[in-house]
Amino acid sequence: MNNWQILEYAAWALSFALGLYMLIDMIMTNHKYSEDLLTSSREGDIDETLVIDPPHQGGHL
Amino acid sequence: MSQATAIHGEKISLLRVLGPAHVWALGVGIVLVGEYMGWNFAVGKGGAIAALIACWAAGLLYTCVAMIDSEVTSTVAAAGGQYAQSKHIIGPLMAFNVGLYLVFAYTMLEAANAITLGYLVQTVGQMAGFADAHDKPFIVLAIMFLAWLNYRGVYATLTVNLVLTAIAFIAVAVLFLGVKPWSTELLHHKEILNGLPYGWIGVLASLHFGLWYYLGIEGTCQAAEEVRSPARSLPLGTMTGIITLLIAATMTWYLCSGLMPWEYLGQATTPLFDAARLTSSAPLMVLLFIGTMFSTLASANGCINDASRAWFSMGRDRYLPTWFGAVHPKNRTPFRSIVFLVPVALIFAYFAPLDQVITFSILSGLLEYTYMSIQVIFFRQKWPLDTIKRGYVHPFHPLPALVLLAICSATYFAVFLGYGTQLVAMMVFFIVASLWFHFHRYKYVRRGDQFTMNWPRPVGY
Repeated sequence: MNNWQILEYAAWALSFALGLYMLIDMIMTNHKYSEDLLTSSREGDIDETLVIDPPHQGGHL
Repeated sequence: MSQATAIHGEKISLLRVLGPAHVWALGVGIVLVGEYMGWNFAVGKGGAIAALIACWAAGLLYTCVAMIDSEVTSTVAAAGGQYAQSKHIIGPLMAFNVGLYLVFAYTMLEAANAITLGYLVQTVGQMAGFADAHDKPFIVLAIMFLAWLNYRGVYATLTVNLVLTAIAFIAVAVLFLGVKPWSTELLHHKEILNGLPYGWIGVLASLHFGLWYYLGIEGTCQAAEEVRSPARSLPLGTMTGIITLLIAATMTWYLCSGLMPWEYLGQATTPLFDAARLTSSAPLMVLLFIGTMFSTLASANGCINDASRAWFSMGRDRYLPTWFGAVHPKNRTPFRSIVFLVPVALIFAYFAPLDQVITFSILSGLLEYTYMSIQVIFFRQKWPLDTIKRGYVHPFHPLPALVLLAICSATYFAVFLGYGTQLVAMMVFFIVASLWFHFHRYKYVRRGDQFTMNWPRPVGY
């Protein structure tokens, strides 16, 4: 096995891990929260006074 | 940073964290790859001069798109972009079709970008002496990694896009200066340019790939529900985006057409990278290779963002199963739509040929632009300027709409010349999908709930 093949296997493994992460997280989220809450978003919601949720900043890692 | 939208006990919405720079990065990021590759097939259709005329005609088309989009989006600030606009302005059936155009255009473009990225990595492997290097692992990794990024949050996603896009644009500008456009040391336009080898029919045919210079800039308005100030950020990001692209397209054409004969340029896979190689400058080659990689990544990244928002919006309105209309409580992203579209992109990237994927993307975009020209005329008729406050008012109405419609018509003919079967197949698909929506799906839609804009009654109703 040459270095490039190792790189290719690493790419497959990483892809699999990322896919698995999203799948598991999606299943856990579906179980943890009610369907009504998850689908509660409404078009054009721009309520500036909603409660802030600092730990969950949508990508502010 | 203040957060305008969040969990409120019983309610979740997308997160309003983006600014005009993110909007610019979304629009330009999706498109800039077209300067690195793809536009040059227009040269193959009709010669370098024809490609320049196509560049200007398509530039006019997209300037009209950007102006119209900026006005309408500044009033319909909702995820789904043109889908939400058409729902409010024309009606549900049109909206369903526009939603599908969007998802198709962006998912196909994402697949095309992943194929290109895989090809580039494979080429690197082969150049490094690994003759049996494959592209597939890297195609899949690109899609999975970017989907994961999108899944995790919009702010990080579009900040990454901002960095990638800025570097890719700077690379084009540096190359332009590197070929010394003020001299004939490297550029040989006088010797290379050969007029119109196929006459004006070649110019018409080149319009097909001329769209590639700008395809996707309208994607900026998918961020409408995630920008802090939609009425300001969306027009600003979109208009600066189209200006950036007009500059990049002109620089790209000028330097490539002065370095390479049209017979080569018209079929090159990576024309800007090839241009860098012709300068014999190692730093420029490295920079343009990085720019090529970054532009494909940024484009695929923006496409995942936009396709998922369009799919999510349709789910939220029950045009599709409501399951897709869910928002992740922590990441504030349309997570189910993102995950659902991953295998769709993988299938096309893995099995479909690149030119077919690109053509389906262009056709979907073209259908969308045609609709936009009609939509804005309806918009101005039903809600004149003094009835709704707009963040931006586009000038010379209805001229941009009519110009857009005329160029779209010419481009349909151009596509028909090269890909008539695909054009007909796509039209048949949308007719069948429309019948399904009208006779089956629409009964599940809550008719009153889908219209959310606090607008006055339209004139004449």
